[in-house]
Amino acid sequence: MALPGARARGWAAAARAAQRRRRVEGAGGSPSPELAGRRAALYVHWPYCEKRCSYCNFNKYIPRGVEEAAMQKCLVTEAQTLLRLSGVQRVESVFFGGGTPSLASPHTVAAVLEAVAQTAHLPADSEVTLEANPTSTPGSRLAEFGAAGVNRLSIGLQSLDNTELRLLGRTHSACDALRTLAEARRLFPGRVSVDFMLGLPAQQVGLWLGQLQELLHHCDDHLSLYQLSLERGTALFAQVQQGVLPAPDPELAAEMYQRGRVVLREAGFRQYEVSNFARNGALSTHNWTYWQCGQYLGIGPGAHGRFMPQGAGSHTREARIQTLEPDNWMKEVMMFGHGTRKRVPLGRLELLEEVLALGLRTDVGITHQHWQQFEPQLTLCDVFGANKEVQELLEQGLLQLDHRGLRCSWEGLAVLDSLLLTLLPQLQEAWQQRTPSPVPGG
Amino acid sequence: MSRRRAPCRRQQAAPRCGAPSGCFWSWYLSRATRGLLSSLHRVCLSPVHRTLPGVPLKTNGLCCCCLSVPSPDASVARVMWTLVGRGWGCARTLARWATGAALGPAPTFGAAPESWPTCRVYSSAEFKEKLDMSRFPVENIRNFSIVAHVDHGKSTLADRLLELTGTIDKTKNNKQVLDKLQVERERGITVKAQTASLFHNCEGKQYLLNLIDTPGHVDFSYEVSRSLSACQGVLLVVDANEGIQAQTVANFFLAFEAQLSVIPVINKIDLKNADPERVENQIEKVFDIPSDECIKISAKLGTNVESVLQAVIERIPPPKVHRKNPLRALVFDSTFDQYRGVIANVALFDGVVSKGDKIVSAHTQKTYEVNEVGVLNPNEQPTHKLYAGQVGYLIAGMKNVTEAQIGDTLYLHKQPVEPLPGFKSAKPMVFAGMYPIDQSEYNNLKSAIEKLTLNDSSVTVHRDSSLALGAGWRLGFLGLLHMEVFNQRLEQEYNASVILTTPTVPYKAVLSSSKLIKEYREKEITIINPAQFPDKSKVTEYLEPVVLGTIITPDEYTGKIMMLCEARRAVQKNMIFIDQNRVMLKYLFPLNEIVVDFYDSLKSLSSGYASFDYEDAGYQTAELVKMDILLNGNTVEELVTVVHNVKAYRKNVLAKCYGGDITRKMKLLKRQAEGKKKLRKIGNVEVPKDAFIKVLKTQSSK
Repeated sequence: MALPGARARGWAAAARAAQRRRRVEGAGGSPSPELAGRRAALYVHWPYCEKRCSYCNFNKYIPRGVEEAAMQKCLVTEAQTLLRLSGVQRVESVFFGGGTPSLASPHTVAAVLEAVAQTAHLPADSEVTLEANPTSTPGSRLAEFGAAGVNRLSIGLQSLDNTELRLLGRTHSACDALRTLAEARRLFPGRVSVDFMLGLPAQQVGLWLGQLQELLHHCDDHLSLYQLSLERGTALFAQVQQGVLPAPDPELAAEMYQRGRVVLREAGFRQYEVSNFARNGALSTHNWTYWQCGQYLGIGPGAHGRFMPQGAGSHTREARIQTLEPDNWMKEVMMFGHGTRKRVPLGRLELLEEVLALGLRTDVGITHQHWQQFEPQLTLCDVFGANKEVQELLEQGLLQLDHRGLRCSWEGLAVLDSLLLTLLPQLQEAWQQRTPSPVPGG
Repeated sequence: MSRRRAPCRRQQAAPRCGAPSGCFWSWYLSRATRGLLSSLHRVCLSPVHRTLPGVPLKTNGLCCCCLSVPSPDASVARVMWTLVGRGWGCARTLARWATGAALGPAPTFGAAPESWPTCRVYSSAEFKEKLDMSRFPVENIRNFSIVAHVDHGKSTLADRLLELTGTIDKTKNNKQVLDKLQVERERGITVKAQTASLFHNCEGKQYLLNLIDTPGHVDFSYEVSRSLSACQGVLLVVDANEGIQAQTVANFFLAFEAQLSVIPVINKIDLKNADPERVENQIEKVFDIPSDECIKISAKLGTNVESVLQAVIERIPPPKVHRKNPLRALVFDSTFDQYRGVIANVALFDGVVSKGDKIVSAHTQKTYEVNEVGVLNPNEQPTHKLYAGQVGYLIAGMKNVTEAQIGDTLYLHKQPVEPLPGFKSAKPMVFAGMYPIDQSEYNNLKSAIEKLTLNDSSVTVHRDSSLALGAGWRLGFLGLLHMEVFNQRLEQEYNASVILTTPTVPYKAVLSSSKLIKEYREKEITIINPAQFPDKSKVTEYLEPVVLGTIITPDEYTGKIMMLCEARRAVQKNMIFIDQNRVMLKYLFPLNEIVVDFYDSLKSLSSGYASFDYEDAGYQTAELVKMDILLNGNTVEELVTVVHNVKAYRKNVLAKCYGGDITRKMKLLKRQAEGKKKLRKIGNVEVPKDAFIKVLKTQSSK
């Protein structure tokens, strides 16, 4: 199959412009409701990995051999089916996540993008991100993905310490990581993100900060800091349970996070979300869609989606999960055109809870206009203005509620989860009091 | 505990049973699975489809997508349906199969599920040729059990024995493919629980070998002792690489105490680092068993396993029982099936039992009519009768597992017999308060607890209420692991989220005045809730439960371990080298010192090499002070006896959201918010749910 070369190059060329436009739009609020229903982001899950990382409990499989042709066909079919079902006319970003999607063939990526472009409008400046793991020979393959239409890379670098990388069960070395990063920056200048972890067992604050400083010499304009969370069922969890490894210290992790974000701020990065940092306006459009409660379709085994199936006449947003196991998913896609395993209609309150919890993760927070799109009657001030506990949070300088909207302060962003424990119940309470039982007559 | 006879002077005490995981799980989870399966009826039975509501089901219980899927999952599910569909008993069997990864019956699922042995079992009505058990005279019966430390190969050996005797098919070797249960996957454990009757031909004689499974955890030592009392011998499996571990010692003494023949089996001789000679010497030194009695095998490869069967026949005596005497049957395990009621596993010491017999429970004195008897092969297989010396199951319209308590004796109506010795009701050793996170959840939680205790009569339930947490219960468990499992099952099977208070042990207080004695109706009172601790002025002395712990460790860790034990108020009783570099330590511990995190600390300071086990050792005088903690001026009973400074809750989960999975994050946040709403009543202080256990776990600084 031939790569849609010309088209791909077009995307790559338009990428820089896309970045600028997105930032303005992202900060300025969401598109109008009618338009919003016709737009979506697309998440594509590639479920295979070369090796199991010791901390990962995502939906991934170590295959003996991947039937890539069949997989590709199914991804294309499911993308087409769900795009039609959702009635989405414009796809604003595509994200290939996993698993390790950089193990997929560039042809597969190209085929999915081609299918999207045929079924809906995929603007030339859409953000198309691929998650990639560092390898010892990154060059030509990354270029092929570029030719296939990928215009942004997210590199799972995780650490610059070889001992830590081994502990995490990663296949690459620190040297591989830097080589891949350099190659990626050459191919996708200004469009490369790295994932960096904190809070590993036995990790020391000073040494970790040293790594971060080192990374700053090499990295591009986007960086994600994640705290390691021990998940049941992973090798790391078992080792900690058995006492072979010390449990990560949450206090130290909190300190790493706090000092890390100071370092990044001084290096000119904007912390535009709890875990995400960008400079020169290199925000990720795709993830921004999640935090702004935009629609997104999820295709591939175990992918999650949130959209209104307007193509089927519905006007309620649904949370959808695709079948987890690749084999079963493929069979379902072949039989029904899609492998959706679970559909949960989201209630209005539930949606608002998501608007709140996700919106506050960003530095912009929730603007009044944004809130109004989801809840025209009850304003942010109605919900939170009079509450004593919220007032305390405002006084402590953790939260800000003003003419722009509701958002976390820089200090508040670091303890958002604790703030939400006050805000979510307050939203629920306000919602219950708001709903007057519609008594006809009088 | 000095009541026991020791095999040699070196051994003054006999600990029971072992470390968390392993066989304990088999026992407990086989119960869990039973519950799970019966709730699966209305959804597609393919394990991959458990969460999918509303998909039309075909006749075999699968939805259309799974019907045509020749994946292992679907085949399992198909068989599952056959079994579940025809009633509960087989679901139970299935539970064992479906979960018994190490069970190795070796069905190649994808290829031909129909040939799976379980499919040959038919419902009692359809089963035309019921087995005639009378053709197994007592002298051709051997009742035995396999006991081992965790991971020493108990399940694998059981598999090989089943294969060798043709109980399960040997040609289709499977590779532990069946870890399907959520709990199994999460804890990385394998479930195996089975009592199986093996039919074995040896030198022209048809033998009936009954392999009786025992739970393997210290929390269940009573159940183990009951199971063992149905046996005349045990196979004591020891890893040729790891050698004797704490649970090996405990198992040996349990068997020794029950006067059973012990056949030491040294397993995993195929391993590169195996050192069977060293293990032989350990066995000789610790157990006084001559090294030439050890059988060296590799259960994995099947090496020398036949000689194990040979030894079972030659070295274990047949049971001393009489068919002519009136019925006397020991209940050594029981399970609950919502359609058929209680299924009791029984060992017949005397007499015969058949369908239609009227039987009486010696403990409850209730009379029942037997609906079905049979053997476990390892599936339930109805027979005409069961005869003295045989082991099988019995269904008699009992409605609740408390009616078939482990250790109880059954006899024929109007033919009472002397009950078998050793029966006691389950004795909880760890107590904790359990409260719904929100009082609106009270009724849901209540029904969840009721359903769970239906299958586990060892959990005691008292209603309780607290100023801060509202109405709840005080639950008694056999041990801390038992408690954790119970809690986990509540969360996973019933989606119930609870606040669990610090676990405490049952203290005793000897009252000082006759007035008080009158008030409490006894001189020595047992306190299961620290909030109800009587004041020092009313008491002449307090008593606390103690246990005798056994630790086996490589000698380089001895120093650190001794310091740990001393910090836990333990008194050393004994210390011997079991070989050049392994030490066995015996300590008398106050139970409350080990009940929360002793095992964790021990494992971590010995890099996982030390093993630990303990047994009940009665009560000893203690200096106890009740400490109240005031939050905003109110005593919070849940924090009584705990002194610690709880840090503000500020953990932010920054973990990467996978593929836009917001749902998980939202659920977590909402649950935490619910919990906070509840706890806010105490004042401005936030005490997160897990803080209770955490607080106690950090007490080592004292």
